[in-house]
Amino acid sequence: MEISLTVNGILKTVDIADENTPLLWVVRDTLDLKGTKFGCGKAACGACTLLVDDEAVRSCSYPVKFAEGKKVTTIEGLGDRENPHPVQQAWIEEIVPQCGYCQPGFMMATAALLNKVPKPTDEDIDKNIINVCRCGTYYRMRKAIHKAAELQAEKVINESKEV
Amino acid sequence: MKQKPVYTFLILMVIGVFLVFAGAPKISDYEIVEVENTVEVTSDDSYNKMMDVLTHQRCMNCHPSDHIPKQGDTSHPHHFGMARGEDDHGFEATSCNTCHQSENNLNSGVPGAPHWALAPASMAWEGLTREQIAERLLDKSTNGNRSHQELIEHMTEDDLVLWAWEPGVDADGKPRTIPPVSKEDFKKAVENWFADGAIIPSK
Repeated sequence: MEISLTVNGILKTVDIADENTPLLWVVRDTLDLKGTKFGCGKAACGACTLLVDDEAVRSCSYPVKFAEGKKVTTIEGLGDRENPHPVQQAWIEEIVPQCGYCQPGFMMATAALLNKVPKPTDEDIDKNIINVCRCGTYYRMRKAIHKAAELQAEKVINESKEV
Repeated sequence: MKQKPVYTFLILMVIGVFLVFAGAPKISDYEIVEVENTVEVTSDDSYNKMMDVLTHQRCMNCHPSDHIPKQGDTSHPHHFGMARGEDDHGFEATSCNTCHQSENNLNSGVPGAPHWALAPASMAWEGLTREQIAERLLDKSTNGNRSHQELIEHMTEDDLVLWAWEPGVDADGKPRTIPPVSKEDFKKAVENWFADGAIIPSK
């Protein structure tokens, strides 16, 4: 069956034999976007987190059929080298990753958090950022999340000045 | 010499058969008892069947009294620190729907059904007796302002309620347990209990 979805701003139509195929595998194997990672396959670790209509979703447990007509954002679509997303910039500045495998999932979850809570408290972070990092980079991630909130606020102010 | 045990065996068999028939009761020895074809279903039966379901883990896990959803047959607190949040759907960016969709996921073992969420705090049943649960069920201030008819519809037609009988598999691929009463019997029990006046037996 054919499923149409907008991935990182580009309309894609994929031909899928099983509509229950996890969105993760469509993104990685069919669309060749390898930034989204497979971790546990049980929606527990969060390595596969991406955004569907701006909401954080564990893509290993999200059948692609539910993405029909929706907007999917992966780590590749969050920003780029020239214009990194505040979360990506903060991750670079705080030198967060160790092995890096889980980081895209954390960054997507953080992007979703900042969309909802622009200036999150430590409690907000504890409640919403529940992914798993086996390198234990949680301390640096917390700093980066606060940093990303600052960068995003600055970005909003600068954009409003330009308008 | 070898034929002697055979004769002994045959003689004993003949005696045994004779004794069995000689001691068998005659038809007149039995008392014939009329058995009614229909068994009367009382309001209490309906109430008990309904409560057997409402107090089962598949239902109770999402009616917590501490704002923390429970999981599994052991009703342990939901992993990852998930809780009710502001609107019964978890937290701002990590909500129920981050993982739970509108149907069970047989690949990951994550359960799902339409409008997956915790029951509102006013419908907290965890730790209550059956009578207290029934009181809450009937009280409009703790049942979502539902009339009896609306309660019947909610309990017999709502996809999330009926998910209890199609709960999918767990993270290990094992089927989740279902309530001890069949879905159809539960529906009948609910309808009958309300039709009989929704009487709480202890009252």
